[in-house]
Amino acid sequence: MTIRVLAFARLREILQRPELTVQLSESATASDTWAVLVREHPSLAAERATTRFARNGRLVGFDEPLRDGDELALLPPVGGG
Amino acid sequence: MFRIVAAPIEVESLLQVAGRGHGGVATFLGIVRDADGDGRLVRALWYEAHEAMAVREFEAIADEARERFGDVRIAIVHRIGELAVGEVSVAVVAAAKHRAAAFDACRYAIDELKRRAPIWKKERYAQGGELWKSNGEG
Repeated sequence: MTIRVLAFARLREILQRPELTVQLSESATASDTWAVLVREHPSLAAERATTRFARNGRLVGFDEPLRDGDELALLPPVGGG
Repeated sequence: MFRIVAAPIEVESLLQVAGRGHGGVATFLGIVRDADGDGRLVRALWYEAHEAMAVREFEAIADEARERFGDVRIAIVHRIGELAVGEVSVAVVAAAKHRAAAFDACRYAIDELKRRAPIWKKERYAQGGELWKSNGEG
């Protein structure tokens, strides 16, 4: 299945783009997506503890199962206001 | 009114959130300061956001404020892109019948926005260099 990944702030800088498409197996999770990204960008691994995930705009856990066409946003610690 | 904008915030237009029954309107403006927590001179701030999610978060915050403080109308607008020192990054306006609820709701809204809205800030320094800063730091 195809997942659209959105990356923000320092995660966007590590991945070198704000948006990318990832191909995964049908039963893949947010965690599986992260693993794919870490393989290509090893420095991403250090960000794991402070990264939160949002599936289609809603916060989810690392083990959240994904569906074809989902948007998975990678959110570093926030700094608004 | 809940928005992410890429141009200067029109604060006065947000006051329209007040209705004829609202006797108290509390406004908070977040403004770009010239220095960070360590005293380093700041040239500008860069803000970015997951816009759809941030707007939904603003709506949720307003709903919560109503649950806590009663009938209150709230507007939250955050600006993204590069902002110079002195520019307004965020505006929160809360209107209520009386001032207590207006002040409380305004405070609640900006505190919650800073705690959880999917918005990020990068400090760009006068001497060069830049750093992402999260809330709870400097």
